[in-house]
Amino acid sequence: MSAPSLAKTADRPLRTHDGDDEPLLVVDNLSTTFASDQGPIRAVEDVTLRLQRGRTLGIVGESGSGKSVLSRSIMGLVPAYATRTGSIRYEGTELLDAGPRELRKIWGAQMAMVFQDPMTALNPVQKIGAQITESIREHLDYSKTQRRDTAIALLRSVGIPEPERRLKQYPHELSGGMRQRVVIAIALACGPHLLFADEPTTALDVTVQAQILDLIEAQQAERNMAVILVTHDLGVVATRADEIAVMYGGRIVEQAPTQVLFRQMRHPYTEALLRSIPRLDLPSHTRLEAISGRPPDLLHPPQGCRFAARCPYAQPKCHAEEPELVDDGTGHLFRCWYPVGIASEQTTIDSVVTNAHVRQVGDEIATDDVVADDAATAPGPAVDGRPPAAPASADATLAEEDS
Amino acid sequence: MPVDAPPAAVEAQAAVGATGGPADPEGSSAKRGLGAVGWVAASWLIFVILVAFLAPVLESTEIIKDPVSADAEAGPGAPLFTEGHILGTDKSRRDVLSRLVWGARSSLIVGVGAVAVGMLVGGALGLISGFRRGRADTALSSLFDILLAFPQLVLALSLVAFLKPPPPEVATDGDVVEAAGGLTAIQILIIAIGIVAIPLLARITRATSLTWSQREFVLAGRAQGARGLRLMIREVLPNVLPAMFSVALLSIGIAIIAEGGLSVLGVGVEPPQASWGNMIAENRSVNRDPLNALFVPMVVVFFTVMALNYLGDAVRERFDVRESSL
Amino acid sequence: MSPNVTRILKTVVRKLLQLLIVLFCVTLFTFLLVRFLPGDPEDLLVPGADNTGDPRTDQIIREQKEEVRSDMGLDKPLPVQYLEWVSGVATGDLGFEYSKQSKEPVSDRVGLALPSTLQLIAYSQIIALGVAIPLGVLSAYGQAGVNSKSKRVRKAGKIFDRAANATAFGMLSLPNFAVALLLAFLVGVKLNPSLPEAIDIRPQGYVAFGEDPLDHIFSMLLPSLSLAIGQIAVYMRVLRSDLIQTLQEDFILMAKSKGISNRRVLWRHALRPSSLTLVTIAGLQVGTLIGGTVVIEVIFNIKGMGYLIFESILTRQYLMLQSCVAIVAVGFVLINALLDVLYTTLDPRIRHAG
Repeated sequence: MSAPSLAKTADRPLRTHDGDDEPLLVVDNLSTTFASDQGPIRAVEDVTLRLQRGRTLGIVGESGSGKSVLSRSIMGLVPAYATRTGSIRYEGTELLDAGPRELRKIWGAQMAMVFQDPMTALNPVQKIGAQITESIREHLDYSKTQRRDTAIALLRSVGIPEPERRLKQYPHELSGGMRQRVVIAIALACGPHLLFADEPTTALDVTVQAQILDLIEAQQAERNMAVILVTHDLGVVATRADEIAVMYGGRIVEQAPTQVLFRQMRHPYTEALLRSIPRLDLPSHTRLEAISGRPPDLLHPPQGCRFAARCPYAQPKCHAEEPELVDDGTGHLFRCWYPVGIASEQTTIDSVVTNAHVRQVGDEIATDDVVADDAATAPGPAVDGRPPAAPASADATLAEEDS
Repeated sequence: MPVDAPPAAVEAQAAVGATGGPADPEGSSAKRGLGAVGWVAASWLIFVILVAFLAPVLESTEIIKDPVSADAEAGPGAPLFTEGHILGTDKSRRDVLSRLVWGARSSLIVGVGAVAVGMLVGGALGLISGFRRGRADTALSSLFDILLAFPQLVLALSLVAFLKPPPPEVATDGDVVEAAGGLTAIQILIIAIGIVAIPLLARITRATSLTWSQREFVLAGRAQGARGLRLMIREVLPNVLPAMFSVALLSIGIAIIAEGGLSVLGVGVEPPQASWGNMIAENRSVNRDPLNALFVPMVVVFFTVMALNYLGDAVRERFDVRESSL
Repeated sequence: MSPNVTRILKTVVRKLLQLLIVLFCVTLFTFLLVRFLPGDPEDLLVPGADNTGDPRTDQIIREQKEEVRSDMGLDKPLPVQYLEWVSGVATGDLGFEYSKQSKEPVSDRVGLALPSTLQLIAYSQIIALGVAIPLGVLSAYGQAGVNSKSKRVRKAGKIFDRAANATAFGMLSLPNFAVALLLAFLVGVKLNPSLPEAIDIRPQGYVAFGEDPLDHIFSMLLPSLSLAIGQIAVYMRVLRSDLIQTLQEDFILMAKSKGISNRRVLWRHALRPSSLTLVTIAGLQVGTLIGGTVVIEVIFNIKGMGYLIFESILTRQYLMLQSCVAIVAVGFVLINALLDVLYTTLDPRIRHAG
């Protein structure tokens, strides 16, 4: 473990986006299993990811999909009864079998986490200032005054007015949005290179959500920080993430750069997620599309595809055999025997954009022509949010059991 | 207001909650019945109760000796396994085993009796208090708080002094005034300890009653026009009972210990009648080996109280309904 | 900050008023309780009955008793008696203890008795908390899962927790006077003879600190220990229970994610929010112990408040009993009030909730 690079991370010069070929984080076949009385619970199975400096990876899934466990597993913040297998390489160093002491050097200084509920994430009986400076004191060699000044600067940079006064306040004296800003400030205190944002806006008012997400993005740009954004809301990652991984039942079921994903969703679950987002451009009283059924039992996972029980397109093969993650050649991975496709990125992204917490996209996406080729195979514009019948996809696996 | 917290170990234990209990909080063994230890505890208690109940029979069939007569042949303070006295004798040459058996009777009668008194009065008051709330509740709660401000043992002592027949010299005006109904020491103890227990049990019952009375099904009952008393008895009481049963078990242990304390102070069950408490108290100044007359009742009290505590905890965990079991 | 100040003042005044009412009720109740105890005090002091049949001796006896009664103030109407007594207590005049020859001010006796009881309580609490807090923290940590790569260490943590729990459970089931007797026996008979001459741990009644520090410690050691044992169990369980719940909170995970050591997370972050119940119970224990030391004091021959109360019941010194019980009850009430104040310091949320 290279000790010198860990201390004084704040003093390291920032690197720019380009010239950054080596991924900051390399995760290979990560699985996390919890030991329980009834048997092992496979909360995360076989996850592989790459993340570069300054980029954002969105992890999307419903409750129980394993997305929170995944982010904590990568960081190592798992309880003692959780077993992880696979490989996690951060800046080239293997972290999976790192001891508690090594991990503690990384936590806060290299990797940090922003939690979902700021009210419970902050120590209710400790002053804000103390909670920030504690992190600084642990990793950086600052004097007391320097620590205090850094804390004030941090609070200011996350947009909290009157930072000097806030230092002496307790969490319950602040509003929800401000508390989350404090949590972010604490996470950023020592200048980490990788930030995990675990549902950072779920516990907040809708009006505040956009501000918080903007804040994270701004800090990311300023610090050239990599961000893993975990959420259940596809709309949130639509405009904030460079790449999206969709999780279901502990597995990644679809993974692609954002534009690619929205242009052409392959997995029925992703499609269902998209369709379940309320849209302002539809006539009022349109029924919301919920995904019926419940998440799979991770104690006794089903034999076939984990989504098969709830999938509207499920075929017998789906229930019998679990599909592998396949790459369609454009860096778009999906795990489905009979993938679907939603056409016309215009419809989907625009409709998603009208949600209050997502910033206006404007022209940016529309001019992106990365997947122009694939668009030809897409069946046509979605009508009423429903895709047309099973598309004639170029994918070979579809051919055999077409009923 | 945090001051709903308790003055005595009973309520403290009740407040501690499932994770403080002997069962493993991580596993589901708490819900799966008594468990091995629980059955041992229950068996011990059943055994003790049986033996106490059958004491007269045991004595008449000569399985145990007479607890009050001194055995001239055996020496005082005879050790275990002496001839004819399997548990030895105490300093007055009385057989320890038989005293233990009869003592079980006395101690259990006092323990159960006192808790019964406390439960009936305190439990009823607490139930009403928690159900009706409002002025009745405030009045009763304040009363209980004031009563609880008094050191319990002192209160019990005073009550015992109050209830005890006055010694003959202090006869007033020539008439030898009969003691209040001619109460025996055991009856006095039951009343005294029971009265001391009332505010405590009332408080605990009130807390449980309050929680249950605010549940929706009670409101629903009210909305359907059910009258107060009926509602309280039919809806709230059955739910409060299991928790109270657990508290009762714990309280019996404490009552037995209280009798012991009062015995040490000289106002427990009157010798030569035996009780566990006065066996411990009488034999305390023995300062040479062997000490079976002191140890044996102590060990018995220890196991009995421990069994009661364990079962009390187990019962509470069984019936402890957590709102959000996320 | 004026509105804040007025708010605080209002709360203080309100609390004081509540306190006064409670104190009034408590003293009234004590007064009434004692009044209903059987027997007349003067009968104990004036030997001889007044119903011998001989009218002259009867008359004399009766007059003597009347005299004693009026001396004790028992001939005045009840409310007057109460007021006189309460005002006396408030100013430090606790009445008198009557013996056949003379009467001694109760305040003297209380002055002698109170320090020993207070010291007993203080020592027992120090021992109890000193043992219970580390035990509670360690067992909660062991139960929640020691953060170590070694499975054996983790298992050891759980076993430690189980053992500590079982011990606590046992300690709860043993009455403190039984512990006292056991200790007295063990030390007096078994241990003492084998110790050098100079050290005599046998409790021989109270020895003030000023007189002989070493003897003082020895005389208080066993009684404090006996009292502490039961309390260790309660405190440990309460703390452990709260701590286990706190350890599951998000802010603990967040603290860990800052990279600080487990020890720091445990002691600096987890302990304080979990100590609320412990403080409540400890405070209440102190309150109840003031009168609850009776049995221990009797066993170890320490003439503290408990002993005094006990004695006054037996010897029918009702005035003394009145005053002592009142002091004890008032002490309890005051300590409760102090506890409330303590809460606001411990948990700032309560401070601002007002």
